[in-house]
Amino acid sequence: MDFQTFLQQFVNALSLGSLYALIAIGYTMVYGILRLINFAHGDIFMVGGYLAFYGVSTFLMPWWLAVIVAIALTTIFGVGLERVAYRPLRDSPRISIMISAIGASFLLENLAIVLFDARPKAFHVPEFFATNFILGGVHIASVSLVIPVVTAVILAVLLWVVHSTRVGMAMRAVSTDIEAARLMAIDVDRIVSITFAIGSALAAIGGIMYALKYPRLEPLMGIMPGLKCFIAAVIGGIGSIGGAVLGGLLLGIIELMTVAFLPELTGYKDAFAFVLLIVVLLVKPTGLLGKNQGEKV
Amino acid sequence: MKKIASALTLVAALVSAAAIVSCSTSSSDSDVIKIGVFEPLTGANGAGGADEVDGIKLANKLFPKVLGKTVQLVVVDNKSDKVEAANAATVLVQKEKVKAVIGSWGSSLSMSGGPIFAEAKVPAVAVSATNPNVTKGNEYYFRVCFLDPFQGTVNAAYAFNTLKAKKVAIIREVSNDYSVGLAKFFVDGFVKLSGDPASIVATSDYNTGDQDFSAQLTNIKQFNPDVIFAPGNYTESALIIKQARALGMTAQFLGGDTWDFNAFLEIGGAAVEGATFSTFFANDVPINKTSETFLKAFREEYKKEPAAVAALGYDAYMVIMDAITRANSADSQKIRDALTQTKNFEGSAGSITINAERNADKDAVFKTVKGGKFVFLTTVKP
Repeated sequence: MDFQTFLQQFVNALSLGSLYALIAIGYTMVYGILRLINFAHGDIFMVGGYLAFYGVSTFLMPWWLAVIVAIALTTIFGVGLERVAYRPLRDSPRISIMISAIGASFLLENLAIVLFDARPKAFHVPEFFATNFILGGVHIASVSLVIPVVTAVILAVLLWVVHSTRVGMAMRAVSTDIEAARLMAIDVDRIVSITFAIGSALAAIGGIMYALKYPRLEPLMGIMPGLKCFIAAVIGGIGSIGGAVLGGLLLGIIELMTVAFLPELTGYKDAFAFVLLIVVLLVKPTGLLGKNQGEKV
Repeated sequence: MKKIASALTLVAALVSAAAIVSCSTSSSDSDVIKIGVFEPLTGANGAGGADEVDGIKLANKLFPKVLGKTVQLVVVDNKSDKVEAANAATVLVQKEKVKAVIGSWGSSLSMSGGPIFAEAKVPAVAVSATNPNVTKGNEYYFRVCFLDPFQGTVNAAYAFNTLKAKKVAIIREVSNDYSVGLAKFFVDGFVKLSGDPASIVATSDYNTGDQDFSAQLTNIKQFNPDVIFAPGNYTESALIIKQARALGMTAQFLGGDTWDFNAFLEIGGAAVEGATFSTFFANDVPINKTSETFLKAFREEYKKEPAAVAALGYDAYMVIMDAITRANSADSQKIRDALTQTKNFEGSAGSITINAERNADKDAVFKTVKGGKFVFLTTVKP
């Protein structure tokens, strides 16, 4: 492999990894606060993509407006989902909420098949995202430059929200101990709703970015990215926002470098993500940047 | 003891009563002939399955009766999944008790249902499953399309003779029997023509549903091939071509019948311009009277252009109707025997003669993408 090919592969990997990172942040956000693995995250991601699609194709909005509307609607949708599927189970054993999340995931997938039709739809990619740059022989699509920037901005904003605002302080309090937070006059329901709003907005942004990079929408499009980004979040240390970004980048790089250096094994690309998950869980169960908080009772 | 005995008698009575009830319902169904439609309506192959069902439903609408009985289509979704396909096949033969089956799109899915149909002795007619193993050794599986050894060979000849390709790269959908099989037949054919195994410069794999192919394509780019043969699902293939163009690759893309869907054009956009593939049927060049009837009825019914597999779906239904008529019976075994005798049946996608291996010998059509549309190039006879 010559150096130029290697550079191209590295650019490919960074572009995929930062997309994973973007989606993984949403996962980790909800988990970090609620200790709930929101299995429906990948499906909210899909809803975000479809809403943007319909905004452009059916309601003929300019793409930037469609994106804003899609993010807003998906946020409302995510908060609604929390109210219906998770809130009534707040005081039930954690496993019940997890099962409810799996149920919500299946419901959304099948609802999407009925409502949106199982045939894949072509996502409209604005000219701005479709252009290509050539830098020293390396081809870079502009969307591959936009995604890392979006990821970085979101990372910065979230770190600021969680660590430097009153809402963030309340979030951290809820994350540490829901009962104690309630005693400290923190409106737990409101904080949970805000967390879900942020998580769903992130899923929508992720879904739209994903659709800009891979302009094919289908009802089950959220499953694989959902699983991969869950793995990314676990590798980085689930609950840690920085860890999610690290895990996402790592996953993207490992996946593509496997193909680059071991071309015979390209068919097993996805398997490496899962092998990585198992290794991390065996060696460092809290993930690379995770803190050991012990099992809460 | 006595109690147990009386309980047993009661159970026996109930069971026989149930049996009588089920008998009477089935006899009241006797003026209906159930035909199973075994297709992927969701998942990676959802669009292909839906297009075939369009053709099958149109045929059913135009010809709803045979032997004075109404034909009822029982559509099951095999979900583009080999395990789900086996379940769906079981539902068709055991619960719905269909007399014959049409489908599926996709060789892997057909092969998954194959043993179940064979065991229930229900004949199945594959619409666009082109892998040889679908009908091989399965006395109950038929098909109305050509086979991959033929399709692979004509593609190899096209690449070598028409495109004058010296170096060829292969991209396979490794979890798909169709894609792997077709790639193999292409490679065999091409190496035979070029006389040089090194003319195949690279082979790369991906999985159904993958979205990112940049790593595989970057690998292939180093070898600078003239032609890339990428048989596989239309959505993945459209993304592959798109990403290849974004990486600055200019090689000619060549593919198989699975590209012949509007979704391929929609997702691929300007990138798939010039992509060329072999398929079953060209809308712009009707082959015979039945094609004309089919095209007219399809455009009226659905207000869009039919995919090639819609024509084949239509033909599969018509072939079964023809077999039922000739057998003068809706008995599965008799339909099967009549299907083996199908000769020079005029289908919308060409004449169908079922040979001893239960396959149809059909012409292949080459199409290319020009101005955002599929355009007919040439016909190749077997």
